[in-house]
Amino acid sequence: MNNLLMLCEGGARHVLDDQWTLIRDIEGELPAGPLILPLARWRQIQEKDTLQDISVDGVWLGPDDDLESLEMWLDVLPLIALDFPSFRDGRGYSQAYLLRTRLGWEGELRAIGDVLRDQLSHMRQCGFTSFAVREDKSSEDALKGLAGMSVLYGRSVIEPRPLFRRR
Amino acid sequence: MYQYDDYDRALVLERVEQFRDQVERYQAGELSEDEFLPLRLQNGLYMQKHAYMLRVAIPYGTLSARQLRTLARIARDYDRGYGHFTTRQNLQYNWIELHQVPEILQHLAEVDMHAIQTSGNCVRNITTEAFAGVAADELMDPRPLAEILRQWSTINPEFLYLPRKFKIAICSAKQDRAAIMMHDIGLYLYADEAGHMRLRVMVGGGLGRTPILSQQIREDLPWEHLLSYVEAVLRVYNRHGRRDNKYKARIKILVKSLGIEAFAAEVEQEWQQIKDGPAQLTEVEYQRVARAFVVPAYQSRSDTELSFGSDLMAFPDFARWVSRNTQAHKVPGYVSVVLSTKPGADTPPGDLTAVQMEAVADWSELFGFGEIRISHEQNLILPDVRKSDLLALWTLACEQGLGVANAGLLTDIIACPGGDFCALANARSLPITAAIQARFNNLDFLHDLGDFSLNISGCMNACGHHHIGNIGILGVDKNGMEWYQITLGGAQGKAAALGKVIGPSFSAEQIPDVIERIVDTFVDYREVDENFIDTFSRIGIEPFKERVYPKHAEAVA
Repeated sequence: MNNLLMLCEGGARHVLDDQWTLIRDIEGELPAGPLILPLARWRQIQEKDTLQDISVDGVWLGPDDDLESLEMWLDVLPLIALDFPSFRDGRGYSQAYLLRTRLGWEGELRAIGDVLRDQLSHMRQCGFTSFAVREDKSSEDALKGLAGMSVLYGRSVIEPRPLFRRR
Repeated sequence: MYQYDDYDRALVLERVEQFRDQVERYQAGELSEDEFLPLRLQNGLYMQKHAYMLRVAIPYGTLSARQLRTLARIARDYDRGYGHFTTRQNLQYNWIELHQVPEILQHLAEVDMHAIQTSGNCVRNITTEAFAGVAADELMDPRPLAEILRQWSTINPEFLYLPRKFKIAICSAKQDRAAIMMHDIGLYLYADEAGHMRLRVMVGGGLGRTPILSQQIREDLPWEHLLSYVEAVLRVYNRHGRRDNKYKARIKILVKSLGIEAFAAEVEQEWQQIKDGPAQLTEVEYQRVARAFVVPAYQSRSDTELSFGSDLMAFPDFARWVSRNTQAHKVPGYVSVVLSTKPGADTPPGDLTAVQMEAVADWSELFGFGEIRISHEQNLILPDVRKSDLLALWTLACEQGLGVANAGLLTDIIACPGGDFCALANARSLPITAAIQARFNNLDFLHDLGDFSLNISGCMNACGHHHIGNIGILGVDKNGMEWYQITLGGAQGKAAALGKVIGPSFSAEQIPDVIERIVDTFVDYREVDENFIDTFSRIGIEPFKERVYPKHAEAVA
C-alpha cells in the first residue's frame, strides 16, 4: 500500500515500500501476496488451508464484523486492519480498544479507509500502529496529526492509566 | 469553583492552536467542507442561517465574575453586543466570523474556558443544577463528580465519533432541577446508609423527534466506579448504536430496541472487564477536585435579617420578587437569587447584553463570592446572597431589566433561538414568545397562577424542551408555512412527564388566544392553590381540548 505511516521507536515514519496489498472484493482473482483480505474471504481460505502455524495474508474487518470471532486466529495472523468507511464512523476506535486490551492482539494494527490527519492521534491512542492515509491526501502532511495533544485526561490503549493516576 | 492547573491550561491552549491550524487548512482548501464539519462542531462552531454560531462551554453552569466579564468583552468585540444562554447552561454567540474564532478561543483559554465538545457526536458539556452546592434540599454536592466527568470525557479518543451526541447530567437535590430523565445518562447522587456516595444511573433519555424518559439501569453504583461504568455504557453504545439514520442514532433508540434488561446485561458484561482497573476513582482524586469547591466564608447569621423583614413589609414589589426569585440556601441568612432574563416581549429568553453581563459580574462580587450560575431555564443565578443585601441587589437588577419577579411563572419561557437564527428550525420561536409575554403582562395574574412552565422549540430537535413544559409549543412546517403544535401536561423533575398533543396545530396569530384559553380552563377547574400540572393530572386533556377547539371551529379545521 502507498501513503502509509507507521509508528516506530517512539516516532513515526512514512513507509515507501509497504509489501501489503489491500483486497476489498469478496470474490475474484487475487494478486500475489501478501494480501489484506476481507474477514469472510480470509476465513474461507483459512478453512481450506491445512496450514496451522502461520497465515501469509492479513485480514481486515469492517465496523460490523464480529471482532470476537478472531480470537482463535490471533496466533496465526500477521496483521489486522480495521476499516473506517467514513472518518465519522467511530466504531473502529472501540474495536481497536477491544482487540488490544481484551483479545490481547500485539501485532500490527492498521487503520484503512477514510483515514485522515485530524483523527490520527485518536487512532494512535486507541492502539493503531500503522495508518493507510487516504490516497488523495499527503501522508507527509498527515504525519503532523499523529502527535495530538500532550494532555490526555482519560485513558487509552497506549496509556491505560487516567491522568489522575499519573499526576 | 474548580481551578485550572497546568494540565487543564495546557490542554485548552493546545486545543486553540490545533483549531487555528484546522481553520487555516480549511480556508486554504486543504480540508473539505465535510472534513472540517466535525472538527468545527467539536469546537462549538455551527453554521447558522446568517453567520457562524459559537457555543461556549460553561461546565455545569458555573462562571466566575472574571469569566463573565470575558464573555461580555467577546460579545462586544466579536458579536453584536449580546450572548444567549442555553438550556444546557452554555452560552451562544450568534454573529461570529470564522477567521476570528481562534482569537475568541484564545481569549476564553486565558480565563480557563473553551468551546470543546459543545457540539458534535461526542460527550457534551456535563450539566447539573444551578443551585448545586448551595441548595437547601441538596443531599450531596454533585460538582466534584461533574468536574471529574468533564475531564474524563474531554477529548477521550475512543468516544469522539459516537453515533450521535451524548449528554450527561448529574443531580443530588430532592427536586431534580437538572432534568436528568431527559439525558442520555442521568446520574442521581445520594448517600447510602453508611454515608458512602452512590449513584442511581438512568440511561436512554432524550427529547428530539422521539422523546423518551430515561430508565434506571443501576440503583446503587459506588462512586468509585463512575468512570468505568460510563465507559462501559459508551462502549456498548459506540459499537451498537445505529448509524444508518441520524434520527435513530441516540442511545435512547438502542435502549428501546434492545429493552432495558438486555441493554443493562451488555453494559454489565463490559463493565465487569474494566471495573476494578485503573479507571476506578481514588479518594485522593476526589479530594483533589472537591477541594476546589471550597465552602466560601459565609458570615454567621447576623441581626440584619431584621432589616430584611422590614424591607419586605415596606416594598411589596420587592417582597413578590423575593417570593419567586430566591431559592432556599444551606446556610441560614443566605439565599440564591434568580435573575430573570425574561423581562417581557422585547427580549428573547436567555439573551443578555454585554452591559448586563458586566453588571451581573459586579453584583456577584458585591453581594457574593464572585460566582455566577446558569440555570436550565436560561436564567442567571447568584448563589450566595445575604438576605440583608437583597433589596440593594433587586434595586440594581431592576435598573438593568433583570429584576422581574417571574421565576417559575408562565412568562419564564424556555425558548430556543428558532427560525430567526437556527438553520434547522421549521418555525420561529421568538415572535411567539414575545406575543405570549405581551399577552400575559399582568404580574398579579401570573403570580396567582403559580408554578407554570411554557417551553417553545422551533423544530422537533427540541432545544426548547417543549415536551417537558406544562405547555409545550413546537414549531412545524406545513407547505412552507409556520404552524405550532401544542402539548399539555409535560413536566420536569422527579415527576418528569412528556406532554400530550392537544390537537391540530395553530398559526402564529392564534397562539396567544389559544394559550389564554388553556389558562382560563385551568383557572376554571383549579382547586384552591393547585398548580397547573396538578389540575391537569386530575382532569386530563379533554376540558382543555373542548375550550381550545369549540365545535364550530373544529368543523372549519
